[in-house]
Amino acid sequence: MNLNFLLLAPFVMGASFLFAQGSISGNAESTFQYLNEDTVIGANQPPSKGLINSYMNVFYTNGNFKAGMRLESYLPRIQGYPNRFDGTGLGMRYVGYKNDFVDVTLGSFYEQFGSGLALRAYEDRALGYDNLLDGARVIVKPKPGIVLKGVYGYQRLSFQSGRIVHADGIVRGIDGEIHLNEAIKKMSDSELDIVLGASFVSKYQKDDNSTLILPENVGAYGGRFQLMYKNFFLDGEYIQKEQDPSNDNNYIYNYGHASVFNLTYTKKGLGLLFSAKSVDNMSYRSDRTKDLQDVFINYLPALNKTHTYNLVATLYPYATQPVGEVAYQVDFLYTFKRKSKLGGKYGTTIGANFSTTYQPKMDASSINPNDSTGVAYTSTPFVMSDSLYWQDINFNITKKINKKFSGILSYYNIKINNDVAKISNDAQGVINAHIGVVEMLYKIAPKHSIRAELQGLFVKPQANGENDKGDWFTALVEYTISPHYFFSFMNQYNYGNSDASKRVNYPIVTCGYIKESTRFTVSFGRQRAGLFCVGGVCRFVPANNGLTLSFTQSF
Amino acid sequence: MKTKFTFLFCLFAGLLFAQETEKTQKKLPSVELKDLSGSVINTANMGFEGPVVISFWATWCSPCKKELNTIHDLYPDWQDETGVTLVAVSVDDEKTKRQVAVYSNGKAWDYEILLDPNGDFKRAMGVNNVPHTFLIDTEGNIVYSHNNYAPGDEDELYEEILKLGSK
Repeated sequence: MNLNFLLLAPFVMGASFLFAQGSISGNAESTFQYLNEDTVIGANQPPSKGLINSYMNVFYTNGNFKAGMRLESYLPRIQGYPNRFDGTGLGMRYVGYKNDFVDVTLGSFYEQFGSGLALRAYEDRALGYDNLLDGARVIVKPKPGIVLKGVYGYQRLSFQSGRIVHADGIVRGIDGEIHLNEAIKKMSDSELDIVLGASFVSKYQKDDNSTLILPENVGAYGGRFQLMYKNFFLDGEYIQKEQDPSNDNNYIYNYGHASVFNLTYTKKGLGLLFSAKSVDNMSYRSDRTKDLQDVFINYLPALNKTHTYNLVATLYPYATQPVGEVAYQVDFLYTFKRKSKLGGKYGTTIGANFSTTYQPKMDASSINPNDSTGVAYTSTPFVMSDSLYWQDINFNITKKINKKFSGILSYYNIKINNDVAKISNDAQGVINAHIGVVEMLYKIAPKHSIRAELQGLFVKPQANGENDKGDWFTALVEYTISPHYFFSFMNQYNYGNSDASKRVNYPIVTCGYIKESTRFTVSFGRQRAGLFCVGGVCRFVPANNGLTLSFTQSF
Repeated sequence: MKTKFTFLFCLFAGLLFAQETEKTQKKLPSVELKDLSGSVINTANMGFEGPVVISFWATWCSPCKKELNTIHDLYPDWQDETGVTLVAVSVDDEKTKRQVAVYSNGKAWDYEILLDPNGDFKRAMGVNNVPHTFLIDTEGNIVYSHNNYAPGDEDELYEEILKLGSK
């Protein structure tokens, strides 16, 4: 042992004394799979048979000081996770200092500017998605109602041999936001509430292309606003991106844009939302050669409801086309009052949601393909073509019949353009599906409840008779004993598949034990291949058959 | 390698000794979130008088909505009897964030609603998945937490709230 370390030892011991006086929090999660071969559903047994993912976050704060880290382990990774994740090591770590005026972080951090159209670094551990920034961040609050942010760093691309692998390009950004009613005294009593903001983000990646002259620094910038007046709430953001030839856009030299507007009207018992979105050539990554969900600097969520029932959520989900789309959404919820004619004793809630997405109009008529500008087409924000990408019309009614019994009825009609938003290898063009769901909950005793779901999905055949995988039926029964236990059984049956050999049942049993913030679950059975989505991001999970054990803990 | 072990050993030894003298208490972390009107709220300093229930939920999470709708029916009594405030923290991201106001108002909830679109508070509180409910005493200490929701869990939560009142 060298002398330096001997000198350091008392310091480290002292430092850890200090640690113990602050506050420590965090969480851990571990998922283990033992998979079998199942030729009927095309599930393979991995060579190691067993797979395991684990991570633990530890966050520490003491006064103004903060530090945190996450250890991750893939031995090897579970199915559906990015295939390059392996090993055990630090996946995230930072130190920082925070008071009422300034917040400094060095190391890994997550951040979002405005609605994320220019910059969003975030994680979703369930998906294996993590595009954190590794570098430095400063947040300053010079006076009430004003927030200024600056970030500088490399994004996490991967996790190999227990180490973070960074993207090729560096990301820099500044953002400012002012809440006028807080910042300006005269406005503090105004009924009109105004927030304004602006962002500038830039990435640098070396031009290593031998045939094209690529812009090495690419900026994205824009502004946003938010107005509130009585029950009305209006917000919007517009971001423009400079020329960014990439693998996503086939190395064209167009400018890009993304814009979102939302108008909400709410009062007690009523909610109404209207949203509009326009995206064109807005894939913005810190490595221009990457694809799928890798190293996005910005976030372009799909403009539709995130569904929860299994068949609706996983068979035909839609994710934004960063290359371009124009989308609209209406969301509505109303509760009939208690003791009214339609409300009954407990009130009745009805919900409706409509969303639609089209390809933007891209006009190439004025473009000379032989000129050297590399601009491929002209477009105007919110101007769309008649090519449908997505449409979702859905309704639901929630009703409590009596003290023990309640239910939800839902209907969905989904159209998804499989040529653009590829979801299936068995269909072409627009898939048109109708889905009905009945959910019932019955409280047997104060701590004992039984819940059931019946779901049917019917695909309307196209002119040529094609209907993707055909019709599905799902049944689920769940028994819960509060606060510790749950048992559930689900079966999905693809009874309408045009290929008789694929009319398969997918039964799965799941049991769980929960004690405060500790949770164990065991499931055994078949899971069909499909898209597993959280928020607007999805990952493909292959079919599997076997045992899954999972453990989660917060502390 | 040897030096690394010495380093770790010292760290743990220090922690161990320090634990003997002072017990760590989990306090609410300080994270800035916006409410539905766009005002910034610091989670470590929300300014409620009585006990606080923090419930993490999302518009796409059925058990979360069941839990909050069940408590909604009981909430006036809970407030009268214990002075409790429920803060419903939505982890909806930009995709579904605007639907939070539609749902919470459409259901006529009386809760304080906070938005956590980038998961900053969720991460700081060690939440793996929603629903996850925490109970905070009047000193700001986290005294109870429960992951998941099954009908009847609200009774256990209420017993924990009552325990705080009798202190």
